[in-house]
Amino acid sequence: MSSPVLWELAGQFFVLSLLSIGGANAVIPEIQLRVVETKHWMSNADFAQLFALSQAAPGPNVLIVSLVGWKVAGVLGGVLAMIAMSGPSSMLTYAVAHAWERFRDAPWRIAMQRAIAPVTVGLILASGYVLTRTADHTWGAYAVTGATLLLVLRTTLHPLWMLGAAALLGSFGLV
Amino acid sequence: MTEPSPESTATPPLARLSIGALFVGFLKVGLSGFGGVMPFARRMIVEERRWLTEAEFLDVLSLSQFLPGPNIVNVSVIIGRRFRGPAGSVAATAGLMLMPLVIVLLLATVYAEYAQILAVRNALVGMSASASGLIVATAIKLARPIRGSTWQIAICAAVFAAIALGRVSLLWVLLVACPLSFALAWRTRR
Repeated sequence: MSSPVLWELAGQFFVLSLLSIGGANAVIPEIQLRVVETKHWMSNADFAQLFALSQAAPGPNVLIVSLVGWKVAGVLGGVLAMIAMSGPSSMLTYAVAHAWERFRDAPWRIAMQRAIAPVTVGLILASGYVLTRTADHTWGAYAVTGATLLLVLRTTLHPLWMLGAAALLGSFGLV
Repeated sequence: MTEPSPESTATPPLARLSIGALFVGFLKVGLSGFGGVMPFARRMIVEERRWLTEAEFLDVLSLSQFLPGPNIVNVSVIIGRRFRGPAGSVAATAGLMLMPLVIVLLLATVYAEYAQILAVRNALVGMSASASGLIVATAIKLARPIRGSTWQIAICAAVFAAIALGRVSLLWVLLVACPLSFALAWRTRR
């Protein structure tokens, strides 16, 4: 645990934890900004591929964080990044849970929820945009992104089928 | 330790759960979905094990979405706390994250092993294009409830532009957007 990069990694996600309003999907652009552009820990292509891997594994979407940690500092980095990302926000949640229940019908609580909703949507839309710009470099890739979007919105097909089909198309060099 | 629930209705929620039950329940949730597990958490907590009523779960969910942090982790913290205090929160969260963490790190290690094969790398390029589409779709689904409100659309558009096009740091965006959005929400309260 003496590796400086390990501590730096934990520090980054420790801060992000308290900024991640809207959950892990909302902070994708900020993670990319920090690990690719500021810290130069990986390339844009690496980041896009880690995100794809995180979607292909079962579990919460916060797994992208542990893959970033893994890329930077191995398995220990992956575990540490996850703990750092969940720790501060979990303590905050623990601390305010009781008050939240007590003020169920308070006007300020209702206003706060209505205030947060559009911020969250804007953040996740930005994540989609940034990921698309990071991952897609060919018309084939844009077509796959567009097809996935349409299938999710118009059908009840499970997303794993789309990831699987895209992987197959990719492995034949078509994306 | 246990808060009396103010809305005990038809199905009375359990008063007490063991640490082990919390761990195992969330272990199952962690393994049940891809790219997000919230629908499975609701099913386990409300329908299968009846730990909470639907209304109580929605209340937990609204707080989890409102506070920073991974939403499902916040859900496990709140539910663990409700039944068993700090130890319950730790058990629920550990149960939730254990298997996904093991699987994703195994997957990454296997990928690294075969990444020199062109077809494997290309498969992941294809998957990342698809994964971007999944997130855009998530955002569009979440946008449906706010489309009737002009000020909410304006805030959403401004946040999007600042982060996606301006690449402004998240901290500054939140420091400006959250108070502004709250002011607008307060002025338009019913």
